[in-house]
Amino acid sequence: MATLEIRDLHVSVEAENGPREILRGVDLTVKQGETHAIMGPNGSGKSTLAYSLAGHPKYTVTSGSVLLDGENVLDMTVDERARAGVFLAMQYPVEVPGVSVSNFLRTAATAVRGEAPKLRLWVKEVKEAMAALHMDPAFAERNVNEGFSGGEKKRHEILQLELLKPKIAILDETDSGLDVDALRQVSEGINRVASSGEVGTLLVTHYTRILKYIKPDYVHVFSAGRIVESGGAELADKLENEGYASYVKGGASE
Amino acid sequence: MADVNNSTGSTTAGSIEVGTSGAGEKLAGPGTGRASVQQPIDARVTVKPSYDVNDFPVPTGREEDWRFTPLHRLAGLHDGTAAANASGVDKVELGLPDGVTAEQVGRDDDRLGKAGKPVDRVAAQAYSSFEQALVVTVPKETVLTEPVKIDVHGEGGTRFAHVVIDVKPFAEAVVVINHTGTGTRAANVELLVGDGAKLTFVSVQDWDRDAVHIAQQTALVGRDASLKSVVVTFGGDVVRIHPRVTYAAPGGEADLFGLYFADAGQHLEHRLVIDHDTPHCRSNVVYKGALQGKDAHAVWVGDVLIRAAAEGTDTYEHNRNLVLTDGARVDSIPNLEIETGEIVGAGHASATGRFDDEQLFYLQARGIPAEEARRLVVRGFFAELVQQIGVAEIQDHLLEKIEAELEANV
Ligand SMILES: Nc1ncnc2c1ncn2[C@@H]1O[C@H](COP(=O)(O)OP(=O)(O)OP(=O)(O)O)[C@@H](O)[C@H]1O
Ligand SMILES: [Mg+2]
Repeated sequence: MATLEIRDLHVSVEAENGPREILRGVDLTVKQGETHAIMGPNGSGKSTLAYSLAGHPKYTVTSGSVLLDGENVLDMTVDERARAGVFLAMQYPVEVPGVSVSNFLRTAATAVRGEAPKLRLWVKEVKEAMAALHMDPAFAERNVNEGFSGGEKKRHEILQLELLKPKIAILDETDSGLDVDALRQVSEGINRVASSGEVGTLLVTHYTRILKYIKPDYVHVFSAGRIVESGGAELADKLENEGYASYVKGGASE
Repeated sequence: MADVNNSTGSTTAGSIEVGTSGAGEKLAGPGTGRASVQQPIDARVTVKPSYDVNDFPVPTGREEDWRFTPLHRLAGLHDGTAAANASGVDKVELGLPDGVTAEQVGRDDDRLGKAGKPVDRVAAQAYSSFEQALVVTVPKETVLTEPVKIDVHGEGGTRFAHVVIDVKPFAEAVVVINHTGTGTRAANVELLVGDGAKLTFVSVQDWDRDAVHIAQQTALVGRDASLKSVVVTFGGDVVRIHPRVTYAAPGGEADLFGLYFADAGQHLEHRLVIDHDTPHCRSNVVYKGALQGKDAHAVWVGDVLIRAAAEGTDTYEHNRNLVLTDGARVDSIPNLEIETGEIVGAGHASATGRFDDEQLFYLQARGIPAEEARRLVVRGFFAELVQQIGVAEIQDHLLEKIEAELEANV
């Protein structure tokens, strides 16, 4: 069973006046089949955690470790991490002009699966996955994220989640920018993937509303660069009622 | 691709310069290039067109039409020194489908100079100094099923050349001139597209890294005729190609496509002039270039002039550049002058974008290795334009060349 183990992770970014520490000792274990919600106020470092796990060059890990089934993830390049089974659905997906969605998806699937999917099966697979996410088939011929609305970008991220079937899925604010219908449809997509029992999900969110559709096994409160409280789904209800005030009064990451 | 500078509109001119990103700015993103906008003093050339090199002063680099060109790298094409020692050698091989004729003629042959005169000093030098002109004729109503091939292989030294492609009325032809090898070359190419004729003219600059090549390609498009010009520049140290289009009668159309790939230190310049002085003609320009490596420099200047008489004109020009690495520079100047409001449409766009670290990260985060990610983006960037060329053999060759550029340099 796949396990992601994050131990005492410290991460800095290069700021104007030298390095600035954002993550200050994150400990977290995510197992296949589990869903963890990471909740925290703006600027607490949620995206930093997500991007650091995926290997974005902006973030420097200064200490700590990240292991996927005992393999050192921090030693891997960004694409190696993805092929090892780490998937990041981004808060702000990037536009790639000139590259069509269908070409992109096929290239990614070929890289992750280690061989090109059989064309006829692949076309069917993509069609079905798009239909399930209520995406117009015309998106396949558009350039990656170019001119997509916020909601369309998020559907496109979840489409990739469905097709690439990672071991660990990190979903960074997938709920933001979605209207109620889109939120439901995207959540259904996430649940479909999770229901296979083969993915460990790290659901990063600011708001509790997505938790109406996705039931987390664990909820972690993130503040000033670390997890300050962990609990079950009931912790989300507390946050819903009380907000983050009790966690941030000592000052955020400043 | 993060757009560093985009401009769309009708009469503005802009120069886009993409410099190296700032120190310590590891994460390239939007806005890491510098952008500057200048208004050219006069997009039109100020000296009158002439066959005589002495009618043009030696350029200093301050002239509007020479300000981007590194004159010191022209091996003396611009100041007469190259002409004083024009002992270069090239090998020209012709592939002529049935019915097509090719002749070597002297400068007094009356088929020369019909499309238009040289407009700058180097073109006039080429006219003043060539020994024999090549005239290729596609007879009236002859529809070719195979391309006419002109393979020019430079073997060093300075060469001056003059080529006339004469496509008679209602004929249809594809003519491919392919430049390989080395040397210094200045040339005039005249394209005569007869009434109702169709010409696809492809000029490939696939020179060795040290070659210098300056050419004026002047087309005269007949009544209801159509010209498709395809200029492809990969190789050479300094290459400056200057396609010009005028219309002999109404109903003419011209598509001007260009594709270039500038590597470290290369100067690749494409200047276009389309002179709409005749009613009801159409023009469409699409030039796309990729740049990589230190001091790779691409210049694109597109001058479209719609004169008062040219009512019913429909024109659009578009230049896009993809900067793959820091240290490359692009100057892109679309320029449209309109003297009549009675037109179907006129517009231009210019955009220079970078393949940035965010795009690379996104593709890599989906398992795609860095090199493959870069290829995916470059292929995608050129694919649509390549498809528009419409000659399968050329398209395949171009895709191979683009792959080779990527293999060699990325
Ligand atoms: N280049 C940088 N220089 C300085 N500070 C930075 C830089 N990049 C990020 N930060 C800071 O790191 C902190 C954490 O940012 P992060 O994006 O991880 O927060 P977040 O929890 O995802 O917030 P949100 O809910 O708004 O998405 C913020 O205070 C942010 O300003
Ligand atoms: Mg965030």
